[in-house]
Amino acid sequence: MSEEKTEVEGIDSVTVGDDAIVEVEKLNMFYGESQALFDVDLSIPEREVTAFIGPSGCGKSTLLRSLNRLNDLVESARIEGSVRVRGEDIYASEYDVIDLRRRVGMVFQKSNPFPKSIYENVAYGLRIAGENRRSVLDESVEKSLRAAALWDEVKDRLKDNAIGLSGGQQQRLCIARTLAVEPEVVLMDEPCSALDPIATVRIEETISELKKDYTIVIVTHNLQQAARISDNTAFFYLGRLVEFSQTQQMFTKPELKQTEDYVTGRFG
Amino acid sequence: MTFKFWRGGDPFIWLTGSALAFCLLMITGLVGIILYNGIGVFWPSDLRQFVLRNGDIAMGKVIDRQAIPDREGQYRIQLKMGNRDAYGLDFRWIDEADIERVERPTDAVVLERLEWGDAYGFIRQINEGDRVLATGADAGWTELQPLLEKAAERWEVIYAIEHDEMGQLNRQMEELRLEERRLTMAQADAAALAALEEQNRALWVAYEEISDRLNAVRVENERAELVLRLAEGQERSVRVADIVRTYRPNDLSLGGKIAVYADKGWEFIAGQPRESNTEGGIFPALFGTVMMVMLMSLAAVPFGILAALYLREYARQGLFVRLVRIAVNNLAGVPSIVFGMFGLGFFVYGVGGSIDRLFYAESLPTPTYGTGGILWASLTLALLTVPVVIVATEEALAAVPRELREGALGLGSTKFQMIWNVVLPSALPGVLTGVILATARGAGEVAPLMITGVVKLAPDLPLDAYWPFFHLERKFMHLGFHIYDVGFQSPNVEAARPMVYTTALLLLLIVLALNLTAIVVRNKLRRRYATAAF
Repeated sequence: MSEEKTEVEGIDSVTVGDDAIVEVEKLNMFYGESQALFDVDLSIPEREVTAFIGPSGCGKSTLLRSLNRLNDLVESARIEGSVRVRGEDIYASEYDVIDLRRRVGMVFQKSNPFPKSIYENVAYGLRIAGENRRSVLDESVEKSLRAAALWDEVKDRLKDNAIGLSGGQQQRLCIARTLAVEPEVVLMDEPCSALDPIATVRIEETISELKKDYTIVIVTHNLQQAARISDNTAFFYLGRLVEFSQTQQMFTKPELKQTEDYVTGRFG
Repeated sequence: MTFKFWRGGDPFIWLTGSALAFCLLMITGLVGIILYNGIGVFWPSDLRQFVLRNGDIAMGKVIDRQAIPDREGQYRIQLKMGNRDAYGLDFRWIDEADIERVERPTDAVVLERLEWGDAYGFIRQINEGDRVLATGADAGWTELQPLLEKAAERWEVIYAIEHDEMGQLNRQMEELRLEERRLTMAQADAAALAALEEQNRALWVAYEEISDRLNAVRVENERAELVLRLAEGQERSVRVADIVRTYRPNDLSLGGKIAVYADKGWEFIAGQPRESNTEGGIFPALFGTVMMVMLMSLAAVPFGILAALYLREYARQGLFVRLVRIAVNNLAGVPSIVFGMFGLGFFVYGVGGSIDRLFYAESLPTPTYGTGGILWASLTLALLTVPVVIVATEEALAAVPRELREGALGLGSTKFQMIWNVVLPSALPGVLTGVILATARGAGEVAPLMITGVVKLAPDLPLDAYWPFFHLERKFMHLGFHIYDVGFQSPNVEAARPMVYTTALLLLLIVLALNLTAIVVRNKLRRRYATAAF
């Protein structure tokens, strides 16, 4: 273990493409006494799919959750460095968290539809933002459900409780719900880990469709998935960003030995 | 072999199973005894006439049959003889060995009276003033029916006069008296006082008139009399107007008996108590119990839920919150009488006394709110149940999955929107479970009520047709206290025992009904707000 640790060395800030929408700079993150992220520098390009990979506990989910400040909920969490979305520091004291979360949406590992109807689930984000006009909501619900490739399956039972949907449908509902507020970035925290292969394929297809309009950051344990759907891949190990490059390059000729070992399955 | 036996867990299954069986046995035993004793109370069982070997004759309803101690194979029966005014006792034991024969005379009547309980015997004669209207059992029975109907009509007139007309007058007089005191306290001029005096005199004139009318009806009502021959030959006269209900049990068909049973049951539920609560109905107690439970829930439930929300969702989880939580848990275990003492000291004397001094100064020293009343009793019980609501609500909130909260926040909810739209609906079934538990506990509590507003007899309900409709300062009756009062405080405990069982049965039914309603509501909600599961 200690041997491996000495091999870990963060490489300098990598920029893939020019138009970065999210910029992470010298990010250190602590849970109480223990440090979860070490000096992470990362720029996420717009309208592409960026995958975070790495073994369990490497900090990829922590980084993802710090991009829309969901880590604020953990009382012991503390942060150093900066995260900028479109150039604005989201950890600045005057920054509006509620607005941030509307701009940077999140899809979770476990699908979490609210105990409401399918329609109300999708309309929720707009409703809490004060939108109550029926026509606007109707339009948004249909558009979002279509974008999440769920519309044809549920259009006749929008009033049914969302709990009645299958696991894969629930997850696509959660994606639709996130899209309804028209975020700029969609964060996905292992969105397929609780789904069967067929549902996973549908979600992956959805993600490929979405990148035309959205910037997507996805955390995944599934290396094939990262290879299939992402444009860029970041490899994390023990809280450090080890390597960040275009996916194709990452999986064919990675710069570092450690990355190669991981993507070829020699450890993980 | 034995190791395998123990390891397999079979003994544990038996242990847990028998524990459950024991619990069920106790519960069914309790309910069974109450049902068995309570449900038959209103059944018009036969009157039996026992002719004894020594020539004595006794008539009554058979209540019980027991083996005689120390005498092998011999039994005695307990007879309810009625006619408390004639015999001085209600019950008599007769050894079966002394009985020569048993008869079921078809013309024997049961008279339920306003005073002295039931009378059993045979109708000799019906008189009106000095005139004899009918003689003999059958002629008397026929003659009696229209007389009873007329008496019932007159009772209604009397009730209307006493309750409505005189009640109205009394209220006006009381208002005048208070007005006078107010003026005196404010040192108003003599003219105003004289005007009041004038009004008062007018009211007294009206009172005299009503009083005369009332007396006329009363006198009319006292004219008809029934001469009853008791089983052993003694004759006693009974005023027809005092007879509440009469039937000839030995002559009744099954349908007739059911009709009497239903009639008595209805009187029990909807009627006013008679004879220091041992006869008649328990409607005021029923009403008081339900109203008190509702007031209590109204006070306890919102406060408990709000407090739990703050404690779980907003408060910084630290030492102080932990201490508060421990305190709340302990509060749930404080003996109820302690809450009663607090209620008496704080609500009744403290808050109530202050209200009296501020708003009801003219009626002092007679307290208005400064004495036990349904409001104070309900608030005291609310205090007692609030910890249960808080604990249950907190647990329900804690059980809402973290993913749901994060999902709501991730869409840009404020914390309030998350709590209001997502957390609270998901926690609602659990919250309702707590409310059910709390309400059931409150409904069954008696001790704190005894010092904060429950009384033996309060025919004036806390809710009526007179402004301001809700009379929250009024004392009230409660089923639990009614059971205690009838069972242990009444002058004739033995005769009142059946009433204890029926009242207990009713209390159980009310608690059951309250719980069932809440459970149905909860299940509806649970279906609606079922949380995600794969």
